[in-house]
This record gives sequence, structure tokens and C-alpha cells, in this order.
Amino acid sequence: MNKKLTDGINTTFITLVVLSLLVIFLSPFAFMMVTSLKTREQISVVGAPIWPAAQPKYTYQGKEVDVYTVPLKQCAGFDTNGNATKNLAITKKGRQESTFVDPNDLGRGEFVCQVSWRALDRPWIFSPTWQNYVEVWNTIPNGYWRILGNTTFYAVVTMIGTVISCILVAYGFARFRFPGRDFLFIVLISTIFLPGAVTIIPTYSFWQKLGLVGTWYPLIVPHFFANAYNVFLFRQYFMTLPRELDESAMMDGAGPLKILWSIILPQSYPVIIAVVVFHIVFAWNDYFGPLVYLSTAKQNWPVSVALSFYNGIYGSQPQLIQAGAMMALLLPVILFFVAQRFFVQGIVVTGVEK
Amino acid sequence: MLEQLNTKLRKLPSSLATVRKMQTLSRKEMKNGLWFLSPWLFGFMAFTLLPMLATLFFSFLNLRITDGIFSTPKFVGFDNYAKLLNDPQAGINPLEWFSSKTPSSLLITIKFGLIALPIGIFVPLGLALLMNNKYLKGQFVFRSLFYMPFIVPFVASIFLWGGMLNSETGWINRVLFSLGVPKENLPLWANDVNTVYPTYVIMGIWGIGNAMLVMLAGLQGVPTELYDAAKVDGANSWATFWNITFPMISPVIFYNLVLNIVGLFQYFLVPLVVNSGTGSPGGATMFYNLYLYKTFFTFQNMSYGSTLAWFLFLVILLITILLFATAKYWVYYAAEARS
Repeated sequence: MNKKLTDGINTTFITLVVLSLLVIFLSPFAFMMVTSLKTREQISVVGAPIWPAAQPKYTYQGKEVDVYTVPLKQCAGFDTNGNATKNLAITKKGRQESTFVDPNDLGRGEFVCQVSWRALDRPWIFSPTWQNYVEVWNTIPNGYWRILGNTTFYAVVTMIGTVISCILVAYGFARFRFPGRDFLFIVLISTIFLPGAVTIIPTYSFWQKLGLVGTWYPLIVPHFFANAYNVFLFRQYFMTLPRELDESAMMDGAGPLKILWSIILPQSYPVIIAVVVFHIVFAWNDYFGPLVYLSTAKQNWPVSVALSFYNGIYGSQPQLIQAGAMMALLLPVILFFVAQRFFVQGIVVTGVEK
Repeated sequence: MLEQLNTKLRKLPSSLATVRKMQTLSRKEMKNGLWFLSPWLFGFMAFTLLPMLATLFFSFLNLRITDGIFSTPKFVGFDNYAKLLNDPQAGINPLEWFSSKTPSSLLITIKFGLIALPIGIFVPLGLALLMNNKYLKGQFVFRSLFYMPFIVPFVASIFLWGGMLNSETGWINRVLFSLGVPKENLPLWANDVNTVYPTYVIMGIWGIGNAMLVMLAGLQGVPTELYDAAKVDGANSWATFWNITFPMISPVIFYNLVLNIVGLFQYFLVPLVVNSGTGSPGGATMFYNLYLYKTFFTFQNMSYGSTLAWFLFLVILLITILLFATAKYWVYYAAEARS
């Protein structure tokens, strides 16, 4: 076998394997979309198709009648040997014989078939409904506008705090030499491995004593004091920037803040975008923080908490839950695809360099 | 000679001035540096160090939220720790793991870890190896799509999987049924003691995108010369993997292992949402951290919760130290080896 052919076979094989893994891996998305487009009636019918479908009805002489799949050989005026079936509207139900009309051939008029209507199947036709999304939008606690607003508020305010504080701290670690700096950096990095359980009890009690549980403060304030991941990302990036520009600016009498603002930051947009996107996705998806501090303050619920309470009420209606899940994941997923490049770079820096 | 000394002496004041100038410079640098670090220094004190110490302090008191904020807590010494040792629900005493009627939450955490940790390392590694395969077309697209579930909000992903794994309407059981599994043998997933851990693992596999990307970057960083050399030596792909690829990416694997273990001991949101934090079915999902969470937030026992928290912290610390101690035997740091 020549090399080109084996290469071709290998490529096809590997790509097909990965593709089928991907299809399995992403199948919950398909489940979610399909379920969110189903009607409540379809969910409750045993043996209904897995795609969104409805059983058609037909209006005949001002009356709404059901449609059944009928074997034509049982009907008067059709070929008695064929195996053809047709979807016909029933006008008179009977145990021995029923009367039908053909919606596509009204000229034929009503005709009788030797079938019991109970033995017939009703056909399913593809028919997605958007009604579930409308229903979730209106019935989710506070209404969707409100929880969208809450989530956006939380994401944007904490994003500003995180970006500003982490840039300042990372600049301190990247550009200034002083005794103890490397030790402090190790302390900073080790907080990544610190279990949150060992700080949550006093922290919660503290906010509770201040009477601020149920407000935004416990969730927002800590983000203004930097965190290990983002400081690390910024620092690694700042360290790759040449010092010459800093130094010449220093000669010209620029102070450290001025250098940060006019020399470092203009060169750092990729890492700033990465942190902004990471943070927005984090805040959008954050569940534990808002659950702990906001569960008693319904008016402040973000999407994640509202959705989990919604599940408590509508858990038995999968079409609504899946529509709600879809609405919650849309923004982070879109953001991810838009800012993919920065995302991937950021993850690689934190993960590989550590 | 004298002349030399003379010039030196004449130069002295200026060099002293330089030293002094350098001292003021470095003092200034330190001042500036600390000024920039101050947000984190303050945040670390206020939101990490002090709360940690307060947690330790609480664990020696008898403090309950229900007692009201004006009650004066009593110092009880090691009473809470004695309680912890004899608490079957916490179950920190291995001697009682298999005799106690109440399932030990620590044992539950460890049991789950025995399934979840290897999967949490080898599945992303395997996927990264596939992504890195030179025959794969469209690597970039695949990489993004495998990563994507990682950014799905936690609650939404739980609901997606809750639907997928629904014993009656979920797709997984539909597939099993069409493969010939009789209806009465279809798994109940999160509602059955025997399948609840695999259910959590399946939900967890959805979030491996991050680990996969990091491992993939590690794989791509392995110098190709090494592979060429192995080829020349006639090494097969298995030998190449264990002698070149694995050592070269061992720092990344190590980092993920530490993160996964820390995550394991803090595992509680999934059982809280999926099985409503009750430990159902049959107490099998009362993870250690869930028990801690309930002790504090539901039973409002601050002191005992703090005791559980410090014990958790010590366990994680010990494991991390042990891991770092073993690292020198299997983690290869290229930069250190070179210098």
C-alpha cells in the first residue's frame, strides 16, 4: 500500500472516531433543544417520537376532527390488495366501521372503512413549539428581564473590580523587586488549592452580623481584592513585555501608575479580554455564592438561582426546564465562541505554566 | 600606593552616595511594589487568613447561630474534635468504616474519588492525545466543541443531564432499551445506590474541557526532536508514550491531579442539587463537604461546622504535601533538569 492511501485511511478513521465521540458528548444539547420544543401533550404520550411533533387535527365542516393512519385496503373504493396507508380525517367513529374524508382529496367525499378507530394510530408530524420559551420567560421567579438584569449587574460590577485589582497586583508582582515578593507569590498561588469550606463559616457570619446577607455586598466586595488565577494570568503576560519601554518612560519621569496605564496596558489587550470573558462566564454561571447569600432575597436572584428554584416548582415539566436551561446557557456559549482565541490562550497559560 | 588610596578616598563620598541612592531606590521600589500588592494583601488578610484563623478559633467554642448573637460562647477545648472522632456521619475513624450503620461521609468521598479521580485524569488525557493525533482533521473545531460544555452554567448542565438520564424519558435509557436491555433492568441512575456515583461521574466528564485543553497544550509543547530520536531508536508508540510523552507532560498531570483532589474533598454541589442534599439514595450521597455544609447552613452549628472544616483543611493539606513529596519521583521539570 502506498503512503498516501494509508494516510487517507488513518485520517478518515481517526476523524470518524473523534466525530462519533463528539456526537455522544454533545448529545445532551440535542436533548435539550428537542425537549424544549415539545408540547406538554407530547411529553405525556407514551411512544411519542423523540423529535418535537404534534398529532394533526383537521377542521371538517366547522368541526375539529382527529387524523388517523388508515390501511386503504379496508376502505370502500380503494385497491383491496395494496398495503398503502393514508392519513385520513375521521368524521364518524365506529367499532366495526368508521367514516373518513381525505383532506387532500375532498372531492371524493366521505367514505367508509372497515376498521375500528381504536385500533388505528394517529400520525405525528414535525411541529416545534416556541411556547415553552415564552412560558419560562414569563413564569420564572421575578420574570426573565429582572433576573437577566441581576445577573448582568453582578457580572459587570465584579468584572470591573476583578480586572482593576488583579492588574494592580500583577503589576506589583511583575515589575517590582523587593524582599519577600516571591514568598508572597507562592502564598497567592497556594490559595488556589485552599478549600473554601475553611473560610466560609466566619465570612458568612461576618456578613450576617453586618445585616448584609441578602444584599449584593458579600458577593461583590471580595472581587475588588484580586484573586490568584487572574493575577497569575496578568503577571505572566506582563513579564513577557520588554522592560526597555518602562525604563525609558521612567527616565522621562513617569511614575509607576503612569507606566502601567500608558505603556503596559496598551500592550495587554489580549490578556485583558481573556480575563474579562473568563470573569463574565464565571459570574454568569456562579451558583454557590448567590445561593448562599441571596436565597432569601428573591428580588436579587440571578439566572442560576432562579433556574434552580424554578426546577423546584416545574420539575415535572421537562420541556420548561430544558427551555430554561437553554436560556441560561445561551449567553456564555455565544461569548465563548466569539472570544475563543483569548479563552484558549488564557487556559493554557494558567494550566501549563502554573 | 598613596596616590591610589587618595583617589579611592576621593571617590568614596560619591560611591557612598550611589549606595545610598540605590538604597532609597530599592526602598522606593519596595514601597511601590507593596502599594500595588495592597489590594490582594488586604483581601488575603480579610477574606482568607483571618477567616481561616476564626474557623480554627470557632472550633474550640460552642457557638451556634440559634443561640443568638448576644450569647457568650463558651470555650470547650477539644470537645468538638472528640465529637468529630465519634461522629459516625462524619466517619473520620477508618476502624469504624465498615462496622458503623451510618455511612461515613469521609468514606463516601474517598470511594467516589476512587472512581472519579482516574477518570478525571485519563479521559481528558486520552481526548487530548486524540486531538493531538496528526491524522485528525479539523483539530481546532473539535477542540472548541469538546471544551464548550465546560462553560455551560452548572445548574443548566445538571438539568440537561437530569433529562438525559431520566429513567423513563431520558435518551440514555432509550438507547439501552433499544439495545435490548429489558425495561425492568433499565438503570435508575441518580436514584439508585449502585448507579448514583457513575451518574455523577458522567455529569463530571462533561466538564473535562479545561483539563483537556491544558493537557493538549502540554502535549504540543513536547519538542519534536524527542519523538524523532525515539523513532530512530525504533521505539513503538507505547514505549514512546511512557518514556517521552508522559514524563514531558507530567507537570500538567500533577497540577490537574492536585486540583482534582482538592475538588474531590470539596465536592457537594452536585449531590446538593441532584439529590437535594438529603444523602439519598440510602445515604450514599452524603459527601463530607455536604455534611459540613448542612451542619452549618441547615443545623446552624458554627463550631462543629468549623471543626469539620479544619479537619477537611488538614486532610487536604496532608494529601497535597504527600503529593508534592512524591512529585520528585515521577514529575519531570524540564527547566530544572536543564540548568
